[in-house]
Amino acid sequence: MRITLTVNGDRVEQDVPPNVLLVDLLRDTCDLTGAKVGCDTGQCGTCVVRLGDRSVKSCQMLAVQADGAEVTTVEGLSGDGELTPLQEALWEEHGAQCGFCVPGMVMSLTDLLEHDSAPDEQAIRAGIAGNLCRCTGYGAVVRAVQKAVKDKS
Amino acid sequence: MTTETFGAGLKDRDVPAMLRGDTTFTSDLRLPGMLHMEFVRSEHGHARIDGIDTAEARRMPGVVTVVTSEDLAGKLMPMPCIWIPGGVESHFPPHPYGVPGAGPVLAEGVVRFIGEPVAAVVAETAEQARAAARKVAVAYTPLAAVTTPRQALAEGAPQLHEAVPGNLNALWTCGDAERTDAAIAEAEVVVELDLYNQRTINNPMEPRAAIGDYDPVKDEYTLYATTQSPHNHRFLLSALVLGIPFNKLRVIAPPIGGSFGTKGYLYPDMPLVLLLARTLGRPVRWADTREGLMRSTVQGRDHLQHVTLAGTRDGRITALRCTSYANLGAYPSTIGPGVATALMGRSVTGPYAIPNAFCEVHAVFTNTVPLGAQRGSGRAEATTITERVLDLYAKEIGADPAEVRLRNMVPPDRFPYENGLGWTYDSGDYAAALRRALELADYSKLEVLRREARERGKLLGVGIGSFVAICGVGPSTRMQAEGMLGGTWESANVRVHPNGEVAATIGSTSTGQSHTTTFAQIVASELGIDPSAVTIFQADTQKAPYGQGTYGSRSYSVGGPALALAARQVIAKMRTAAAHFLGVPEDQVEYADGTFSVPGREGASKTFQDMAMALWYGWSLPPGMEPTLDVTTFFDPPDFNYPYGSHLAVVEIDETTGELEIVRYVAVHDVGPVGNPLVVNGQFEGSIAHGLGQALMERARYDETGALLTADLTTYAMPRAHDIPRFVMDTTETPSPHNPLGVKGAGEIATVPVTAAVANAVCDALREAGVRHLDMPYTPEKIWRAIREAKG
Repeated sequence: MRITLTVNGDRVEQDVPPNVLLVDLLRDTCDLTGAKVGCDTGQCGTCVVRLGDRSVKSCQMLAVQADGAEVTTVEGLSGDGELTPLQEALWEEHGAQCGFCVPGMVMSLTDLLEHDSAPDEQAIRAGIAGNLCRCTGYGAVVRAVQKAVKDKS
Repeated sequence: MTTETFGAGLKDRDVPAMLRGDTTFTSDLRLPGMLHMEFVRSEHGHARIDGIDTAEARRMPGVVTVVTSEDLAGKLMPMPCIWIPGGVESHFPPHPYGVPGAGPVLAEGVVRFIGEPVAAVVAETAEQARAAARKVAVAYTPLAAVTTPRQALAEGAPQLHEAVPGNLNALWTCGDAERTDAAIAEAEVVVELDLYNQRTINNPMEPRAAIGDYDPVKDEYTLYATTQSPHNHRFLLSALVLGIPFNKLRVIAPPIGGSFGTKGYLYPDMPLVLLLARTLGRPVRWADTREGLMRSTVQGRDHLQHVTLAGTRDGRITALRCTSYANLGAYPSTIGPGVATALMGRSVTGPYAIPNAFCEVHAVFTNTVPLGAQRGSGRAEATTITERVLDLYAKEIGADPAEVRLRNMVPPDRFPYENGLGWTYDSGDYAAALRRALELADYSKLEVLRREARERGKLLGVGIGSFVAICGVGPSTRMQAEGMLGGTWESANVRVHPNGEVAATIGSTSTGQSHTTTFAQIVASELGIDPSAVTIFQADTQKAPYGQGTYGSRSYSVGGPALALAARQVIAKMRTAAAHFLGVPEDQVEYADGTFSVPGREGASKTFQDMAMALWYGWSLPPGMEPTLDVTTFFDPPDFNYPYGSHLAVVEIDETTGELEIVRYVAVHDVGPVGNPLVVNGQFEGSIAHGLGQALMERARYDETGALLTADLTTYAMPRAHDIPRFVMDTTETPSPHNPLGVKGAGEIATVPVTAAVANAVCDALREAGVRHLDMPYTPEKIWRAIREAKG
């Protein structure tokens, strides 16, 4: 099937078999390997990207379902070499250790902050309920979001 | 050493790339012409293979080849096991070189666990390889399976390996059985406990991956793999599996997405992608799925234990005896048998001075995924059983559990302290760490909280987990005695470039512990320069000649000192040359803040950069001095190091639903001097969360045929953000005398006491409901059932 979508601002036109997942299109065709494949069942959240104004697990979507959509991956969040205030805060607070869950975590948190500019701790934890991290124990991630919110206000 | 850099909470320099999605993990690598490999895994826990029909798979689109064990005959040897339980008779599957075998690369005639690779399919794309793998038809005759050590040791039980009679790998002991039994026999109080420390699946977020590449012109192999021990893997793969010259294999570990003990092992994909890359003339990539990981990457814990503690009425412990049945799985993993025996058995006295102790471990093969390390392995299992029985002892004599601990802890004036089971603790003030934890938890007021909770219909429980954890593996000769086939030193190279920049190369490999930052801090401190001038290289056998790997919390406490010693040699050489140039005896030259100077002689100075350049040019050096600054050191510590601490958990349980909430969690650790508190606290927090996972929800379950019932993340629970409370943490600082930095392991120790603290808290809460002991994991359903049953 022929699909057309925008990925990080670039137009992508591609023939894809109907069973290809969005995450595989991003990784294998668009060469955007920020989104990871960490599980087979939609549980881990390492593949989270933004589709329009919501976040999706790109392993739970077929590429053809993204036809006509605007997709933003972690690579498309900020300009060359720059970090968003959220990313800066995650760096400051050591909210990333091995880094494998981080792209998905960043995308989920970006989505959270777009919809709630001042989430409390419970809302932050709920906002990443779909993202597993085995390294940090989540504490540093929560503190980073709180810092980003505080710095903004 | 300048203190500003060592000890500073510098941000991890690798994190910005992670945050931008630019970190290239093994599964993100793309080599030109790369093929994709997929395994056909066993569908049975135990079965005879009657035939493998690959014809249909070979006809599938994109398929390049399908291989089974027949195709590997004479090309790949079985994998080796390199940690044999020391000092006892051990039984292993065979290996042609006389080392213990750890099983074939692809199953030969029999499958012994669910997920054992039976065949491998290589195709142009990963999807094609997966589709074709489903078309490989394997005819099996299922065999009776054993999934627990008790079953495996029973008379007439199904046998896994011809060379292993009765499925017993080893019956390993430490301590003095006779004296311990005598002390128990004459004790005032004797408390016993059976405990099952359940099997867990480590589940780093990155499943394993491997890419093999072969250069036919040079006859050289390169393995890119998720390995925390690239140098060890190079040695074992070249010498013992592939049978190729050491010089012909290069191993590169790209950034690794977490390991927690699982990625230091040899796995079948590693030799296979290398062999196939050579025979097919193209790079071959294999990337595991989550289900594949859960069915084949080493699993953790799984000890069925019985413990007897003896003591006086007034709270003095006189003896401890522990018997454990360790479930090794179907094959010995690379170091699994040693982890299950020595690391557990020698650790059961914990931080206490117990005059009589004995431990025996029955290490047993079963039809389950091979057992390996999991964050805190061995030590966590030992701590849990000891801390649980200690609480029961305190209850038995009507004493406060904290007081009993304080009373029995090794006092600061008894170090070095031999624990009677083979460990010699290095340094510490164990009671100080516990007192600090009690203070932070407001321990004396917890009884008030308990009453308040009761009024709200909740059961409140308090649990302590005090621990000491052997880390920094270790002295090579000592590990030889423990049965380790290999050295356990670490290496470092410090090279100063002409402009004063420094390249430091380490033998260990980060799996998420910020090595490029924390090791640069060590070098910069020792050299008296800014850490931004130091670049750390790691994880490539061509860049660092040797190293042993990142496990047992050894990178920083064994590799760090190697780096410090190399840097000190650099400064010593610079000082000699500076004295020569300044025309003064060497002992008149001082070095501080990047400058060599002579006190009392204005203007007589040379900077670090001056000396870097001078040694690069090599002009007019002192007689006999070689040009350049390039120092390699190897550090083999005189003994292990022993970080310690105490955790305290307060839980509330809803009697009606069995739901559990951790309302307070305090953790105090002593890892000696902390090189980077931001990084070390991150290790602590992550470790505690890992322990809470086991305490609250994680358990790998097999049915009686050996089928894994928890082979994905819908059936195997891992803690999410809302499952983890905030932690109150603090540190005390007691340097280890066993390395020049005084540092102790920090990467995994905070996992060690978590299950103990939570188990004690839960059992404390449930005591009121009539429950004496309950095994982990503490799911609401399990707690609810326990309360129901206790109430009849």
